[in-house]
Amino acid sequence: MTFYRALDLSLALLVVGIAAWTVLSRDLFGAVVGYVAYGLLLAIVWVRLLAPDVALTEAAIGGGATGVLIIAAGSRLRSMQTSEPGDTANGIQKALAAALSALVAIALAAVMLLLPEPAPTLAPQAAGGLEAAGLGNPVTATLMVYRGFDTMLEKAVLVLAVVGVWSIGPDRFWGGAPAPLGRTRPKRALVFLAQMIAPLGVLIGLHIFWVSADEPGGAFQGGAILAAMWIIVMIARLADPPRVGSRALRLALVSGPAVFVIVALLGPFLGGSFLSYPPGFVKPVILFVEAFMLLSIAAAIPLLIAGPPLRSPRP
Amino acid sequence: MTLALDIFSLLAIAAGAFFFLAGTVALLRFPDSLSRLHALTKADNLGLGLVVLGLLPRADGPLAAMKLVILWGLVQLSSGAVAQMIGAALRRREAAR
Repeated sequence: MTFYRALDLSLALLVVGIAAWTVLSRDLFGAVVGYVAYGLLLAIVWVRLLAPDVALTEAAIGGGATGVLIIAAGSRLRSMQTSEPGDTANGIQKALAAALSALVAIALAAVMLLLPEPAPTLAPQAAGGLEAAGLGNPVTATLMVYRGFDTMLEKAVLVLAVVGVWSIGPDRFWGGAPAPLGRTRPKRALVFLAQMIAPLGVLIGLHIFWVSADEPGGAFQGGAILAAMWIIVMIARLADPPRVGSRALRLALVSGPAVFVIVALLGPFLGGSFLSYPPGFVKPVILFVEAFMLLSIAAAIPLLIAGPPLRSPRP
Repeated sequence: MTLALDIFSLLAIAAGAFFFLAGTVALLRFPDSLSRLHALTKADNLGLGLVVLGLLPRADGPLAAMKLVILWGLVQLSSGAVAQMIGAALRRREAAR
């Protein structure tokens, strides 16, 4: 037991240490590396808290996708650093922000430490209601049954983010493709890696989505892996970003939230209410909706990284 | 039989942990980037390989064991490719100097 105590304590100290290092780092690339390491350590923390689903999401999104997004944003910022930097916060503002952050942290810690023993929980009642869904993984069941509305809106937010990124491109390039991600002549090692890992990664992403009905995994985690495969293929210049005017691309992007809304609207006609699943078909319907969400996520994340259209729509 | 497997696991994982430790010490102590890269890839390759080897008898079934081996293969692939790319970037920087 003491071994696990020591492990947890050193993990916690390491996470706080890396967080501080990331915030205090003056160098952008160093800060991003710190942030990615922070995400991976946090994933281990979630494993220690027996939440493998959250750990997978944290590793894929917090560590991987966000890291790539910040690096891409950073290299874009560097190329337009001709203008004067804006006003930075002065000492008092920084002190106020730090005090506020510390206050929030202390309040959260106090709440955690002052919880009665045993902590109040609705978990048994919640788990009891999930049996009808027929899913072995309670996390997937909770996300799709109790929190279906949140899950649906989450995907809509992703699509809105892509629309936001596209809309900052110049008008004359509307409908065209974003700039290529990698350099013109990519390293052979990178091309080899992309060719080897992309088929395997697609398989692993689909597997993580498929097992999510009964084991840790999910559409978000699987979608993030599929997205990573598309990103590495684009960086290795095996395929350039698609035209944003492409109908197939747009359909893939909106398919997740759209199918979810259609299924939700069908609820009242099948004897239930908005967002209710037809009795007897709960699991197949949930898997059907999740398959389209997987597609949306796998399309949205690479498009966020590829950026706004910067090429003429007609070659 | 179980005792022999347990001892095998223990030895292999301990050896793997030793390679990770050695790799980390080398990463902190080696003077230049190329030798640090060399140390890092050894830790990835042998350290993880030995840990996976030690975990194989403890996996639930052949499918889980295969997943562990695939995991090692994936790390080999990516760490090898990344080491190549960092090495190339270092050489470019040397040439520019």
